[in-house]
Amino acid sequence: MKNVKIIIDNKDVIVPEGTTILEAAKKVNINIPHLCYHPDQAIKANCRLCVVDVAGSKKLTPACSSYVFEGMEVSTNTKKVRDMQKGVLELILANHDQDCLKCQRNGNCELQDLCRRFNISKTNLEDTVEALPLDDTNPSLVRDSAKCIKCNRCVEACQKVQEVHVLTHSHRSTHYNITPAYEMPLEDTLCVFCGQCSAVCPTGAIVERDDTQKVWDAIHNPHKHVIVQVAPAVRVALGDSFRMPKGDIVTGKMISALRRLGFDQVFDTNFTADLTILEEGNELIKRITEGGTLPLITSCSPGWINFIEGRYDHLLDHLSTCKSPQQMFGALSKTYYAETRGIKPEDIFTVSIMPCTAKKYEAQRPEFTHDGIKEVDVALTTRELARMIESAGIDFPDLEDGQFDNPFGIGTGAGAIFGASGGVMEAALRTAYEVLTGKGLPHLEFDAVRGLEGLKEATVDIDGTELKVAVANGLGNAKILLKQIQNGTSPYAFIEIMGCPGGCLGGGGQPIKSTLEVKAKRMKSLYKIDQDLPLRKSHKNPDVIKLYEEWLGEPLGHKSHELLHTHYHSRHKKYDFSGLK
Amino acid sequence: MSKTVSFITENFGKYDPKSIASYEAIGGFTAIKKALAMSSNEIIEMAKAAAIKGRGGAAYDTGRKWSQAASVPGTNKVVICNADEGEPCTFKDRSIIQNDPFRLLEGMIIAGYTVGAQNGYIYLREEYRHLRELLKGAIDQMKAKGYLGNNILGSGFNYSIHLYSGAGAYVCGEGSTLIESIEGKSGRPRIKPPFIKECGLFQLPTLVNNVETLAIATAMMTHGTADYVAYGTEKSPGTKIISLAGNVKKPGTYEIPFGLTLREIIYDIGGGITNDNELKFFQLGGASGKIGSAAVVDTPYTYEDLAKVGLTVGSGGILVVDERTRVIDFVKSIQDFFIHESCGKCTPCREGNRQISKIVDRFVAGDQKSDDLATAERFANIMSNCAFCGLGETAQSALLSAIKYFPEEFGVKGGN
Amino acid sequence: MSSSNATTFEVLDKDLAKKIDTIIANNDSNSTKLVGILLEVQDIIPKQYVPLEVSAYISQKMNIPLSRIYDVISFYAALSDVPRADYVVQLCDSVVCKVTGNTDLKDSLQDLLGIGINEITPDGKYAIESTACFGACDIAPAIRVNGKVHGHLTSREKVKQVLDNYK
Repeated sequence: MKNVKIIIDNKDVIVPEGTTILEAAKKVNINIPHLCYHPDQAIKANCRLCVVDVAGSKKLTPACSSYVFEGMEVSTNTKKVRDMQKGVLELILANHDQDCLKCQRNGNCELQDLCRRFNISKTNLEDTVEALPLDDTNPSLVRDSAKCIKCNRCVEACQKVQEVHVLTHSHRSTHYNITPAYEMPLEDTLCVFCGQCSAVCPTGAIVERDDTQKVWDAIHNPHKHVIVQVAPAVRVALGDSFRMPKGDIVTGKMISALRRLGFDQVFDTNFTADLTILEEGNELIKRITEGGTLPLITSCSPGWINFIEGRYDHLLDHLSTCKSPQQMFGALSKTYYAETRGIKPEDIFTVSIMPCTAKKYEAQRPEFTHDGIKEVDVALTTRELARMIESAGIDFPDLEDGQFDNPFGIGTGAGAIFGASGGVMEAALRTAYEVLTGKGLPHLEFDAVRGLEGLKEATVDIDGTELKVAVANGLGNAKILLKQIQNGTSPYAFIEIMGCPGGCLGGGGQPIKSTLEVKAKRMKSLYKIDQDLPLRKSHKNPDVIKLYEEWLGEPLGHKSHELLHTHYHSRHKKYDFSGLK
Repeated sequence: MSKTVSFITENFGKYDPKSIASYEAIGGFTAIKKALAMSSNEIIEMAKAAAIKGRGGAAYDTGRKWSQAASVPGTNKVVICNADEGEPCTFKDRSIIQNDPFRLLEGMIIAGYTVGAQNGYIYLREEYRHLRELLKGAIDQMKAKGYLGNNILGSGFNYSIHLYSGAGAYVCGEGSTLIESIEGKSGRPRIKPPFIKECGLFQLPTLVNNVETLAIATAMMTHGTADYVAYGTEKSPGTKIISLAGNVKKPGTYEIPFGLTLREIIYDIGGGITNDNELKFFQLGGASGKIGSAAVVDTPYTYEDLAKVGLTVGSGGILVVDERTRVIDFVKSIQDFFIHESCGKCTPCREGNRQISKIVDRFVAGDQKSDDLATAERFANIMSNCAFCGLGETAQSALLSAIKYFPEEFGVKGGN
Repeated sequence: MSSSNATTFEVLDKDLAKKIDTIIANNDSNSTKLVGILLEVQDIIPKQYVPLEVSAYISQKMNIPLSRIYDVISFYAALSDVPRADYVVQLCDSVVCKVTGNTDLKDSLQDLLGIGINEITPDGKYAIESTACFGACDIAPAIRVNGKVHGHLTSREKVKQVLDNYK
């Protein structure tokens, strides 16, 4: 790789050939302003904010899409450059809802940051915003085109990464906008609500639906017993929202904060993650030994479930019938927990904290009720929890550590790694191995299934029998495995699919600016949690064992089937063309 | 005596454009027969000697462009004929297709042979759909007679021409945008680099040429370069097909030698201004062109002379405007055009057009604010400096030149 | 996700579906030919537009995401996602026709058809659309009706004569 020497603002910089001016500038601590650029996405070059002066060029040069050449001289702060950049920013603002005070991204918005940086004040431009109607009829996401700067990051996430293809740019000129086809609301499309669009949006144009008021209302209601379960991926991400180092493990502080918010009990979703492994591990063994539909595919990712229900409904038999840990918890909370604590199910309000926007969709599925009572009343994202903590005036970084409550407070390392891509697979293998062979596992770590890459596979030796498994994160990668199954060429017995790139640690509800770099840190932390726990296999969780012995019976038994398993179905297609043949 | 010439347009009216036989009868296909017997380099040298500036408006030397395209490695290359002709006041390509489609198709084959492409694509604007049958018929007839397909005229050269349709988008006249359209997508220009010549249609090395440029290639190959450069001036040799329209008595397509003055074009060829009114200004090269005041009407129509007065040949459109039109109304019309045609993807063009449009509306109504002119100029400059593509860069050319030459119409006292 | 009655179509019937299949087949089911395919399909749909159900049909047949089809329809001026008319009368509103004066032509059209610019007659027969330059500057004033260009319309009589062809 050839190196190139350039001069940026009179500083020498040596970078490899093929580096953009924007990237080269970062090497000398110069942050050229930008909006559409995202380190994990393809270059878009449409906001035009990053224009700089390159000696010898009459026009200004966009830094994000221009590559360095030997001897290039760049100036990033000339009067002309600053005037032009400010002008571009003013143009964006003129067609942007400027009522920041009432915006969910107030204080956490890339456009605000730039306005501060450029010391923007009132301009003489006409600032009547021309926008499409608000799209807020679905459970997970809210789209407000009055805040859209048309950067297309969401389009890239939806089309290129997730390959869901619901969002697109459309029309032209002043009517140019980001919409679903025919401007349908998301709930009428095959949107899977993974929220990856909201995770990359620089402003408040796409946000998670804010359900925090429902939770406050329940907490303030003296007749409600409000309990909360927290997903594994939240405890390695929540600190991001409080300026703590990215990826820090903040479990203890998280529990304390939840208590201070007023939850009556604070539980760990890792518990039901372990439970899921008991059910799903046995389901896998059953399918293998009894000739059931293989490959078996995990079902804990609701974005993924929405995806297969909408587009590959002929392959639904491959899905595990297990509910997700969130829903298993919810089901137990209104039955087992209600019974054993002597609380009426209708008085229990179950909240979940998830890295995921699709969990909101999952929680309101009509089949996830028990005797007319919802299993999970509200699913909140990590971002909403952070806002609740801030609004309660809790100083998060300085909190003392707390402990989870019983009977859902113990989670093994296997449950903890559910937040990482490959984690469910590894957890399942740890249990399946020991159940099938009756022997202890020589080595607990399955490195082949770990990592942020989108598609991984491994061959696991279960005491002489070879089991081929695959792991996918990001729906584009899930498609590859599905096509194999469709063609009859899938060599796998068991597949783990997480809808979001990197796994749940990169979920659509995680703190904003979850770049690849940040996800890598979270992943490391999750595996550290696993490593440091005394119990690392789901079937060794004493409270899970107790639950079966005292109440559930056997994995895949009658009670399990009633409460912990479900059926998935085809999402209604808008048109059925079969009658036209 | 007529000041028009017929070199490129020599076949107009001389044969039935629906019939290949009638084209052959007047000596058609001489050009490709000659070309196929030459080497690529020899043809490139001819093109360079003829100094044909690209007739779509970018005015890039065709010989050099073909040379670059030929030296891109690979055998799977593509030639695109840009028949999108969307600039207002430009209809010369329409005239060529209507009157001499086979000349255009020969030019495509010559270009393909020269650069090493086996597939040619014609992108015909939807507004010319009434010419689709004619073109398709010509292609089919050529295929049937062995002028297209495998082993053309026994030369070993394979070439196919495919016809694609636009659907009403001026921005698709821009090379990378046109390619997006042929690939079945909406017309949003591509980031460069990579450049089209290396990574274009279907990611293949692509050469884009205008209809007129290809027609000249055929004419040049038929008669030789010397005949062509006998016309025109030293720096602007040859001829140009112009589209003359507006307030002239005889609007139309005319082929002229470079070097005639605008006065000659407007008054001798065009028959003068409608109703013998006074010439007020003109716009060269379509909606993206600057306007020129009547004061420079004696400028010779050449690249070099027009450049001296800040004008360009562009698409070859010449729009003549007399005293009845207010400059501000003219500017509003241009503004409306670009609001209609901008693809919308980049901030400066989408939002700049939106804002400047509102300001121009106020000028038209006569209730502009005191800082409106400065604001319009500021954002017009931002557009021309920061826009993603040529459309955004040139959309405000008319406005900026109008302010310069007719400041009094914008409420500014005196001239610059 | 809401479920609409999946078999009620506005315009799509077996006959139209078959014609659309033919258009797709004639274009080798080549997704790069989407723009041309949509234009051809629009031509055979009454009122000359491409409704959601037709886009969804093409999306399924050609395995092209519906969102991309909508992007194409909404982007190009010659494609419409809302009903237009049997005869779409296009009037150039660009700078050349303005300079040569198209007010009389505008007035004649509005008078003869009884509607304003960018409006559709109540019986859905005619629509007047203002468009960008379609290269008929040398025969201005001109209109396009369903793709056919009519120039030199220098009097109301001449306009009426042209419109009489489109009954």
